[in-house]
Amino acid sequence: MSIILDHVNYVYGDGSALEVKALDDICLQIPDGQFVGIIGHTGSGKSTLVQHMNGLLRASSGHIYFNGEDIYDKDYDLKKLRGKVGLVFQYPEHQLFEIDVFTDVCFGPKNLGLDKKETELRAFDALRKVGLPVELYYQSPFELSGGQKRRVAIAGVLAMKPEVLILDEPTAGLDPKGRDEILGQIKELQQETGLTILLVSHSMEDVAEYVDRIIVMNRGSVLFDGLPKEVFSRYKELEAVGLAAPQVTYILHELKARGMDVDVNATTIGEAAESIQKALKSV
Amino acid sequence: MLRDITLGQYYQTESVIHRLDPRVKLGGTLLYIISLFFFHNFLGYGVAAIFLAVVIRLSHVPFRFMVKGMKAILFLLLITVGFNLFLTPGTVLVSFWKLTITKEGVRLAVTMAIRLAMLIIGSSIMTLTTTPNNLTDGMEKMMKPLKTFHVPVHEVAMMMSIALRFIPILLEETDKIMKAQIARGADFESGNLIKRARALVPLLVPLFISAFRRANDLAMAMEARCYRGGEGRTKMKPLIYHRRDKIGYLCILIYLALGFFIGRL
Repeated sequence: MSIILDHVNYVYGDGSALEVKALDDICLQIPDGQFVGIIGHTGSGKSTLVQHMNGLLRASSGHIYFNGEDIYDKDYDLKKLRGKVGLVFQYPEHQLFEIDVFTDVCFGPKNLGLDKKETELRAFDALRKVGLPVELYYQSPFELSGGQKRRVAIAGVLAMKPEVLILDEPTAGLDPKGRDEILGQIKELQQETGLTILLVSHSMEDVAEYVDRIIVMNRGSVLFDGLPKEVFSRYKELEAVGLAAPQVTYILHELKARGMDVDVNATTIGEAAESIQKALKSV
Repeated sequence: MLRDITLGQYYQTESVIHRLDPRVKLGGTLLYIISLFFFHNFLGYGVAAIFLAVVIRLSHVPFRFMVKGMKAILFLLLITVGFNLFLTPGTVLVSFWKLTITKEGVRLAVTMAIRLAMLIIGSSIMTLTTTPNNLTDGMEKMMKPLKTFHVPVHEVAMMMSIALRFIPILLEETDKIMKAQIARGADFESGNLIKRARALVPLLVPLFISAFRRANDLAMAMEARCYRGGEGRTKMKPLIYHRRDKIGYLCILIYLALGFFIGRL
């Protein structure tokens, strides 16, 4: 049970002067239950990559396997795949259209062909999981705040009960509080249900605290792939492609360089604080 | 999906045709289109085809790219040819079932197809080699005399350039929303007409909302920069005729003279 990408290439605007190679020979394996961060600069191909995983874009060459089946097979049911691999787009609140929040969340499960009762159960469940206050369920989605709209949109995908949840920049345009809330809830969701989650972002700071693995994209190919601390330890190379490691990495490296015995592999603020305290005590 | 439409798109490259004053291209295209409807014989179309081929060559836009954009209107072309072929009265050539093909019909259908194809390619060269801003600038300047008749020339030009500017944005937006709804299991491709029309609601509602939001933002941004219409407004890059533009006009005149001389024999 996993997603495997086998030498996937994707070319935009084939055959014209505007031809762009958006994905260049991508090979990846994403096992079940993993929380993966996909990081890259604007235009690095990260959004294009995730749109391949539920078959919205078709690779120019290469294969994609979901749970061992080639999704480009002639008799493969792509509609079913889209129920299994839920994709939340950037600014997902722009896709809301129904008269109230609840009906909008029902759209996904209804399209899966579920009966009314199951659809509504799933919608309630999804709205509860994203932490939207109950009194908003029957309001127009257009009257909600930006953060609330985004929760509704995420719930709209969650209600399809996907096995894999892909979020493309779920925190874009949110304030720090809204960002922490959404990311915290996604983490909780992952621990609660064991979902596989792919989080696309351009900010290391966003993902450092939550993910098990980081894939760094640059110019359509995979630059690094590994544990957060492995990836962050190469912060000099990350800077060269216009990215940066979290601020704690810089502080710890600086402290180490000045002779303090800290663990430079700490990725979260909590770990860093602990490491600094330990170093101070031992002096 | 929607990126394949090249009709009316601008093709970025460096060429003499790109550098020509938009007024030359506008006037030239207009005269070229009119000329197509005045030829009596196929020699005239030959002259037009040579002229067109030279312009395409000079424009550095790959011919393949133009033809790709034509696919969308192939259907229209076929219908026109079909109607002309079967519905023109005259000397019967072939007749089967309820359909008859006449000699006049064949001639009309062929001329119609040539006219339409050359008309579409000819006008697409203009849009392929001129940025929308340049195009509306040219139009505004050409229509200026109409101002004495109280035609709101500047406003019309501004509306046109905004509309043109928004086409790619709205196409992209449509593509995005469509994908987002497909990701939620929406189906835009199967079912009967009513089902398909209903399937468009999840696409059209967000699209309209976003169009209104963008219009609102744009109006606000224009007001913040003190936009107040065309009165006393100057241009950063005013349109001035260069030597190449005069040569351009001359070429068009030569084409017209030659075309009318040969085409109306």
